[in-house]
Parts: sequence; structure tokens; C-alpha cells
Amino acid sequence: MLMRIVLPVVVLIAIVLPLVTSGWDAFLTLVWAKALPVLGIILLLQAGQVSFGHAMFFATGAYTAGFVIRAIPGGEIVIALAAAIGASVVAGLLVGVFVVRYRYIFFAMFNLAFSMVFFSLLEKFIHITGGSDGLSIPRPEVLGQAMERSEYEFVLYYLALALLVICLYGVHRFLDSPLGHTLKAIKTNETRIEYLGLSPRRVLLIAYIISAFLAGLGGALVAVFQGIATPEYAYWVRSGEFVFVAILGGTGNVFGALAGSFVFEYIRVTATAYVGDTWQLTLGLVLLVIILFAPSGLVGVINDIRGYLKKDPVASGHNKRPAGKTEKQRGEEQ
Amino acid sequence: MSLQILVLTVLDGIAYGSLVFLVAVGLTLVFGVMRILNVAHGSFYALGAYAAASLGLVLSAWGISAWFAYPLFIVAAVAVGVSVGGLMERFILRRIYVREEYLQLLVTFAIFMILDNVQRLVWGVQPYFYTEPLSLMGNVTIVGIPYTAYQIIFLPLVALFILFGLRWFLRKTLAGSLIVAVTEDREAATAIGINARKVFFLTFIIGTTLASLGGALDSPTTSVLPGMGADMIVLSFAVAATAGLGQIGGAAIAALLIGLGRSSAVFFMPELEVVVPYLIMVIVLLFRPEGLFGKTTARKI
Repeated sequence: MLMRIVLPVVVLIAIVLPLVTSGWDAFLTLVWAKALPVLGIILLLQAGQVSFGHAMFFATGAYTAGFVIRAIPGGEIVIALAAAIGASVVAGLLVGVFVVRYRYIFFAMFNLAFSMVFFSLLEKFIHITGGSDGLSIPRPEVLGQAMERSEYEFVLYYLALALLVICLYGVHRFLDSPLGHTLKAIKTNETRIEYLGLSPRRVLLIAYIISAFLAGLGGALVAVFQGIATPEYAYWVRSGEFVFVAILGGTGNVFGALAGSFVFEYIRVTATAYVGDTWQLTLGLVLLVIILFAPSGLVGVINDIRGYLKKDPVASGHNKRPAGKTEKQRGEEQ
Repeated sequence: MSLQILVLTVLDGIAYGSLVFLVAVGLTLVFGVMRILNVAHGSFYALGAYAAASLGLVLSAWGISAWFAYPLFIVAAVAVGVSVGGLMERFILRRIYVREEYLQLLVTFAIFMILDNVQRLVWGVQPYFYTEPLSLMGNVTIVGIPYTAYQIIFLPLVALFILFGLRWFLRKTLAGSLIVAVTEDREAATAIGINARKVFFLTFIIGTTLASLGGALDSPTTSVLPGMGADMIVLSFAVAATAGLGQIGGAAIAALLIGLGRSSAVFFMPELEVVVPYLIMVIVLLFRPEGLFGKTTARKI
């Protein structure tokens, strides 16, 4: 339902929108770009693993794109994005080989540790990265064409949208493939996967590399759009935001990445004027409320409402947390 | 010259290691008993440091002797740890003990975000300095190198006191025995009438108080500024994981190891200062995934 009807409708609206009104383009470009790392987080959450460090791949993509554009005269966005993808995949492989050996707490904290190290290296090596001022990125050419600012942003809007749709669809298909189902089985019972003769580590590594790729692509798009990459791109607060948006949107469906990213950016743009000082506080409180009261996020809430309208007890039951589950039952499930 | 640098490195490592141990031991205790990794643990460290620094500034504004700072630091740390930690356990953590692990992590992460912001709202982004307790104890000379007594005698003594005090508490007192019983087998402990809820509450308060005590005692040696909580949570996790999560005695040795590793990096490869603790952790865990002193657990099917 979500993939067959809602997504095409949303994409259609997104395609038509810049042609009829202006003013939303810049906002939506960021929504498309920032939905990508969130998609990566959702992918890992299928295996029950949460990463507090994916900002490092976001920054890897951003800085790689920046370096490439600065190195090539004129800069070329296609090469920059390709290089960013390559770099984040390699980074994902290197970090992934280590972190997929661990689960839950260790998985989350190792990602956090790696990203903190990366963050301080970005700040320390001033002569390469520009330190905390960041790396400024000139506007690149698109397929050899030098562009005006408005033209460039117009192209970037559609480029980001197209990449996001491809990735949403790709991850959706991946999750429905045998590999995707194996990934979900890591959350329920990993030992059983081994008895089937499969390697959970390898499956998780593949998912991890894909998630790093998504984060890197998102980072590169944001960087070429904003014309700057800063160490803050790798900071833990940003990693926390990705996880936050994933939980906000709902982790049960890839569509949650888009829904969460849209709502989050909208709130950020409109609310920072009022809650600028308490932004992180607000995020934390909302995150707590979602986890305690609506663990399946926006998409879950939408499903609930639809269930009520249809009086469909199955759909409306989606958002209920497994109440009354005792420690014992939980132990038996594991 | 090189001998002096060597001695200085060791002294730095001991001073730093004792401090990190104070924070890490609370983290590892809470994990050992409750199986929850409290990401907000670093915030308690920061809150303790801020509370102590502002108290100290009040003291010096009123012209009261800085000798009072030492007992007041402890009072401040206990007040922060018990009040904020108690509220957190009672109203939030208690709801999530039966939930999935990644959700438990997210909840403590959310609290971390909230506390990080709260401390920025209350104390602003300007660094605080209150170094009088440090200078009050004077210097000692070790192998020809003058070093502050606060860092090289007082802090390690406090760390040792906490280490042995905690071991004594867990092994010899009734409350400690109850904690150990719940850690070993929660269901059996509940069956013989132990109130596991109370034990969790108590354990969590002890853990957060240790974190804020670490922060309070650290405040004279450093400038208290935003972001210190985030650094400390990752660092104390590195210590706890290197030792093996839940290992109290092991955490002391791991803290010393990481302290020495970091101080030698400061002298020999300053760029790598932040990397070294994690490098040690990664190397240890590659060879011993359960940590230096952790026990391998049988897998459940």
C-alpha cells in the first residue's frame, strides 16, 4: 500500500511542485538528501542494531565530494558523488568489518567511538580539512555545464529526488529479498541463522556497507548543496538526529525515512526560531515520548488511523506495544 | 631528560586513569546489575563538574576557605547523583526494563540529549574555572618532578577507596549481597523475596553518584565546558569494555592502562591523543571480545 500508492503519489507531487510554486525547493532538497542516511539507519534497525555514529559516513561523503570538486578544475558533480560513494563504501567496509562482530550496546558504542575519533581528526588536521571552519566547496559543473545558482539548485533538487527514490525502492526490494529476511532474523534469533548455514556477520556487514553508502551519498548531496563541509557533520549530535528521525518516521517501513525527514526538517525550519536554545532538549523529549507511547513512529500512527477508519482490528493493533510481556516470555523468545 | 619525560608520562597516566576509573566504575556497575548501558552517564559526570565549579565560585565569592570545597564537592555530587539519577530510574528507566535492547539504548541516549541541553541552558557555553582545591594541596616532588598533590595523591587515593569500598560493600554488607544476588539470577532472587526494583533503584543511584563525584573531583583540574559529558561517556565506555562490562576490579586496571596509553600519546604523538584510548580498546577486543577480565557466556539458543 505505502510503496504502491503513497510513494508514487508523493513522488509525482514532488516532481510537479517546483514547476508550479517556488520557495520549497531548497527545503525539499535537504529533505531528500537527509532522508538517505535515515534510510541507512532504518536498514540496520531491521537487524535490531542501532548506530550512534553514522554521521562519520555522512561526513566522509561530504568531505570526499568537497576534496574532489576542489581538485578538479571546474569540478564535476557526477565524479564528486561517485567518489563520495566509493569513499563511504570503503569506510563502511573498514569500520564494518570490526563492528559487525558485536551487537546492541557494543555495536552502538563502537560506532559512536569511531565517529568521535573521526570528528576530532577532522578538527585537528586543519591544513587538510580547514579545521572547525570547515571546507568550502565551490559550485561544481553538472555534466560539463557551468550553471547559475538557481539553475544548479533546480538540477540538484531533481538529482536528489531521483537518487532518493531509487534508494528507497532499492532498500525496499532488498528487505524483501532472502538476504533482507536473513537480516531481520538477526534481531529475532541469530543462532538459527547459523544453523541454516548462513553467516549473520556477513549479512550484517552487507547491510552496514549499504547504510554507510546511503549516509555518504546523503552527506555529499548536502555538502554540494550548501557549499560547505564542517566537522560538525561527523558530530554525535548529527548521528543522534539520524536515529531520531528514523524512530520518528517509523522503523517498520522504508517510507518512514521520507516521512520522518520531511517532518523533522519542517519542525527544524519553523521551530528553531522559537526553541533554538532548547532544540536538543525538545528532540530528546519527543524521542522519549515516541519510544514510550508510539514505538512504530509516524508511519505506525498513520496505519493506526487507517485501521480505525476501516475498523480493521489487525491494522489498528500495529501500534500497540507488546503489553504485559513478562521477563520470562521475553527470555523464551530469545 | 628522557627519564623525566618517562616519569611525567607515568604520573599523568596515573592521575588521568584514577579520574576515568571513578566515572567508568559507575557505568560498569550499573551495566553489571541492570544490563543497561546508561549513555546519559557522561551527563552525570558533567553535571557533577558544573555543580562543583559553581559551588566553588560561590565559596570564593563569599571569601570562605577553599578547604570547605572538598566536603562540599562530595555533598554536591551526592545531591546531583541521587536526585537526577533517582528521578531518571523511577520515572523513565523503570518503564523500559522489558523492552528491546536497542530501545533501552535509545531512551538513555534521549536522556543524554536532554541533560546535555539542560546543562547548557543553566550554565551557558562559557568555561568555568575553579582551581583552588588543586593549588591548596600544593605540590609534591617525585623523582625531581614537581606534580600537584591533588592529582597524584588525592585522586588515586579516592579511586582506591572507591574500588575497595565498593568491593567491601558488595561482598560484606546486606545491601551489597542483595545486589549481587539480583545480578546473578534476578528471578531466583525475586522468588526468595528480594525486591529487585529497590535493588535496581539503589544500584542506579550509586552509579550516577559515582559519575557526578568523578565530575566534581575533576572540575579543579580542568575547565568545565559543554561537550565534556559526551567525551567522557565514550571514554568510560572504552574503559569498561576493555575490562569487560560489569568488571569492577578490571575497570581499575583498564583505566590505568588507558590513562598511561593516553599520556604517552600526549608526549610522543600529540595528534593521536584522542585516538589512543579507542585503539587500546579495539586491540583488546579484537583478541578478547569479552574484555580483559570478562567471562565468556554460553550462548542461548
